[in-house]
Amino acid sequence: MNEIIKKYFRNNKLPHIWCPGCGNGIVLGALARAVDKLGLDQNKTAVISGIGCSSRSTGYLDFDTIHTAHGRALTFATGLKLARPELNVIVITGDGDCTAIGGNHFIHAARRNIDITTVIFNNNIYGMTGGQYSPLTPTKGKSTTSPYGHIEKPFDIPELAIAAGATYVARGTTYHTMELSKLIANAIEHKGFSVVEALSSCPISFGRQNKLGNAPSMMKLLKEKAISIKAAEKLPPEKLAGKYLIGELFRKQLPEYTEEYQKIINNLTEGGQMQ
Amino acid sequence: MVVINEKLCKGCLICVEFCPKNVLSLNKLQKATVKNSENCISCGLCELRCPDYAITVRK
Ligand SMILES: Cc1ncc(C[n+]2csc(CCOP(=O)(O)OP(=O)(O)O)c2C)c(N)n1
Ligand code: SF4
Ligand code: SF4
Repeated sequence: MNEIIKKYFRNNKLPHIWCPGCGNGIVLGALARAVDKLGLDQNKTAVISGIGCSSRSTGYLDFDTIHTAHGRALTFATGLKLARPELNVIVITGDGDCTAIGGNHFIHAARRNIDITTVIFNNNIYGMTGGQYSPLTPTKGKSTTSPYGHIEKPFDIPELAIAAGATYVARGTTYHTMELSKLIANAIEHKGFSVVEALSSCPISFGRQNKLGNAPSMMKLLKEKAISIKAAEKLPPEKLAGKYLIGELFRKQLPEYTEEYQKIINNLTEGGQMQ
Repeated sequence: MVVINEKLCKGCLICVEFCPKNVLSLNKLQKATVKNSENCISCGLCELRCPDYAITVRK
């Protein structure tokens, strides 16, 4: 067993429940390496998840963890960060958990620019409940609730996050594992609301219905469709059709929520009048 | 050197498919195994991509 797994996982809980070839384990490994790279104190780092296959992650990680209700990871995380601003707070959420039932919490956490890192495990489907479409299921994609092909347009998570006010936004894939880990590390380091969309694959609930082949074939698709933001800058728009950008997509420094909140507390406890 | 923990391996083929030097394969029990260790360049890609934490690459 490698050192990262020994140090950051509850080893007595392994093997995990995820299906063979599921991308969840790859994203979670990248997250653990990011934490290791930054040398974060395990006792000062909390990881919070919602409900879904991806959200089971918190059961395997050896940090203070909270496995919350479906879509609500960011609400618990917001409470924790406000009460204990010195903690590193990381949220793990699925595409369904984050942008369907939890969509409202997501946009408002972004708007507040609270210093939480959200890693979205995007496998384009509700994996845990057997393959219903999520807000990230592609148009024409098959799911148990769109058996004739999906007629809706998916969200673009980075665009959504940026529009809502997130101040660090990146996208990576399970194929580009090392880069994914760097993006997560940068997101954790960033002060403010940071989002990393990790494009992943669910060979069982999504891949089978869409005839995408085995786990390596699905990862090859991620590789083929990805284009780094730096490479994309030099390409004409027609070369970008059907591709998605990966890398650091947005970064801005703006006042952070818990710091602004602390200013109010300081002002009032010093006996001052708020202007 | 690549070490496989068979108890954790689920035979997904990711390491087999993406090893740049074709070092790995699945055995009869559908567990990853090292078929030609002399080709291994210790790049660590299999360890990074194994979804089940079944691989350790020792440099
Ligand atoms: C309030 C509530 N509604 C519905 C569910 C059922 N449910 C469990 S997981 C899930 C979707 C999970 O999808 P996603 O967040 O994309 O995670 P994945 O399983 O794909 O990793 C749903 C609808 C629930 N647990 N709670
Ligand atoms: S159903 Fe999909 S997301 Fe859930 S563990 Fe299996 S492969 Fe992973
Ligand atoms: S990537 Fe991991 S789980 Fe998949 S076959 Fe290789 S060792 Fe086994």
